[in-house]
Amino acid sequence: MNLSINNLLGLEGVSRRDILLILDTARSFRQILERPVKKVPTLRGVTIANLFFEPSTRTRISFELAEKRLSADVVNFSANASSIQKGENLIDTARNIEAMKVDMVVMRHAYPGAPHFLSRYVSSVVINAGDGAHEHPTQALLDFYTIREHFDRFRDLRVVIVGDIKHSRVARSNIWGLKTLGASVAVCGPSTLLPRYIDAFGVDCFTDIEEALKGANVVNVLRLQLERQTSGYIPSLREYREYFGIKKHHLSLLDKSHIIMHPGPINRGIEITPEVADCEDSVILQQVTNGVAVRMAVLYLLSRGLQTAPEE
Amino acid sequence: MKRIVLKGGHVVDPSEKINRVTDLFIKNGKIEKIGKFSTRGYKEIDVSGLVVVPGFVDIHTHLREPGREDSETILSGTTAAAAGGFTSIACMPNTDPPIDSIDAVRFIYDRAKNAPIKVYPIASITKGQKGEELTDMIDCVRAGAVAFSEDGKSVANTDLMLNALEYSKMLGVPIISHCEEPSLSRNGVMNEGEVSDLLGLKGIPKAAEEVMVYRDIILSEYVGARLHIAHISTHRSVIAVIEAKKRGAHITSEITPHHLALSDTEVKKFDPNFKVNPPLRDDRELAFLRDDLVKGRIDCIATDHAPHAEQDKAVEFPLAPFGVIGLETAVGVILTEFYHTKRLSLTQIVSLMSTTPASILNLPAGTLKRGVAADITVLDTQKEWIVEGFRSKSKNSPFIGRMLIGKAVMTISDGEIVYSDGV
Repeated sequence: MNLSINNLLGLEGVSRRDILLILDTARSFRQILERPVKKVPTLRGVTIANLFFEPSTRTRISFELAEKRLSADVVNFSANASSIQKGENLIDTARNIEAMKVDMVVMRHAYPGAPHFLSRYVSSVVINAGDGAHEHPTQALLDFYTIREHFDRFRDLRVVIVGDIKHSRVARSNIWGLKTLGASVAVCGPSTLLPRYIDAFGVDCFTDIEEALKGANVVNVLRLQLERQTSGYIPSLREYREYFGIKKHHLSLLDKSHIIMHPGPINRGIEITPEVADCEDSVILQQVTNGVAVRMAVLYLLSRGLQTAPEE
Repeated sequence: MKRIVLKGGHVVDPSEKINRVTDLFIKNGKIEKIGKFSTRGYKEIDVSGLVVVPGFVDIHTHLREPGREDSETILSGTTAAAAGGFTSIACMPNTDPPIDSIDAVRFIYDRAKNAPIKVYPIASITKGQKGEELTDMIDCVRAGAVAFSEDGKSVANTDLMLNALEYSKMLGVPIISHCEEPSLSRNGVMNEGEVSDLLGLKGIPKAAEEVMVYRDIILSEYVGARLHIAHISTHRSVIAVIEAKKRGAHITSEITPHHLALSDTEVKKFDPNFKVNPPLRDDRELAFLRDDLVKGRIDCIATDHAPHAEQDKAVEFPLAPFGVIGLETAVGVILTEFYHTKRLSLTQIVSLMSTTPASILNLPAGTLKRGVAADITVLDTQKEWIVEGFRSKSKNSPFIGRMLIGKAVMTISDGEIVYSDGV
């Protein structure tokens, strides 16, 4: 089976079949990660460029590990988007990298649509590793993998995403994918950090954390960017912690069968207490491990188009 | 003694209440007469089946000279304008350096000497468009500035804007206001709405425009000054202008063809050719604005022709500058969207694109009255064409690849044919 997509730019519009194929494939890669020798020759001879135009530690390392464990040749390019503005533009950067015969490009960018823009100019496979507040498809896929690991289903599951929904690419990708998979999705946060046109997402929406958490199976807690206070979205971190932070006593509101997720990095004691982050219901570190397997699956499945695609 | 007769065309001129098939005679660059007369001694041009109207007037164009001659010059912009059926255009002052002095105004007139059509400079409200001190307005008007505008932004300092309105009263020219409250639009790159939320792009709320429209209406009514609202883009702004007019305020407004034809759903492909300011609004707002135009609530159509060089525009959506070109597509878009859908008559369209904009800036244009300069546009309202290739130096059009019905096929300026497409 092959994916029906040639690039992974986002999860909006990606079919249930494609998502499940990625999750199924990730399962076999996940087993490889438990072996003493965690490397397979699957992508030998395939060259992958990681273009990170925005600071990232865990996503970049996760992709790089996934690539190396598949035996791909990897080149890394990190730059600050603002320094790029002054010199060579993105199209020229991408064309140069392509001229060096790179097969796949993994791109992180501060601007929504940057990987879509890039994919129009290069023939390499493009994987979005996060574009501004738009999408972060591999993060959402690893979240789905983790959910499936625990519940073995998506239907009838209640997933609540808590925090800064407005600026979150993780929230957007999760919403699209979870809806496609048949889960029930709710979001919760202060009204200034919810998209003003939230109705367009077709999710339940709460500003009261206790209401939102009632009967939930999955709580996905988003990182709060600390500058939201200075830019006027919230009055204080204290008030956010008090009214939107996830604390121990919230766990009793959830469905008996539940997990706590967080895409990291965590602001301990702000959006989640250390107690909850480290409790036995927390799957935060499993998410990180699963991330490598899911990214291996995405890279492998998208690489299958490389042999069949006509050469220019 | 140069004499031309446009024979057998459908002449439409709301200013002279003409709407019939007849002949139009041009002598020495002026309109001599309209009607059935002997054509002996005249060069005959057969325009039967075509529509003859007073040349279009665009009161909102960016020509980029001086400063960004790689994206447009006065010559390339006016050539594009002529091809779009425009015979008079007013150019905005946000050049580099800005048009904010007697010398800058004279420079525009000097460069426009060889242009195929007429160019009228609009000067900036404040020196260097810095929002600090008023431009030497009397100087600029004496040199030929036809209005003042800070286009590209609002004058943020309310007291300074009030003084600009007060000072302009003695000059008899309008202040053209680009209405945008900067703290509300800050970092925004498209309309704030469902689409911006879905795409994760920072939105510019309609309120950013409406707050300033209300502010400037209040200020202009307070001192009794003449105010023109540029590129209006929300129904609430339109209603604010209409209500002010009912109170007797001398306020007018314009809207662009792209705000009448396109919505923010176009941004879903992240194509910077759909990045404009004010942004393309949502489908619901678009329907309201179209209705406002048809009901006569908006005074005129202006292109806000904003050329940008390819290297500036072909970048990530948030990095791209705002603006689209429009001179060569304006009449095609309006005929396609409003004439062929039977929502506006030719008389109404000529009024919106020629007679009224001319009167807003007191320009000697917009009429086929005997004795005025022969600035005339001949339209083929049935011509189907695909938008591609431009006379403008820039190609940042949101209409590339679209089929339009209706086109200027001949443009005459001061009795000279400056553009002809198969006539």
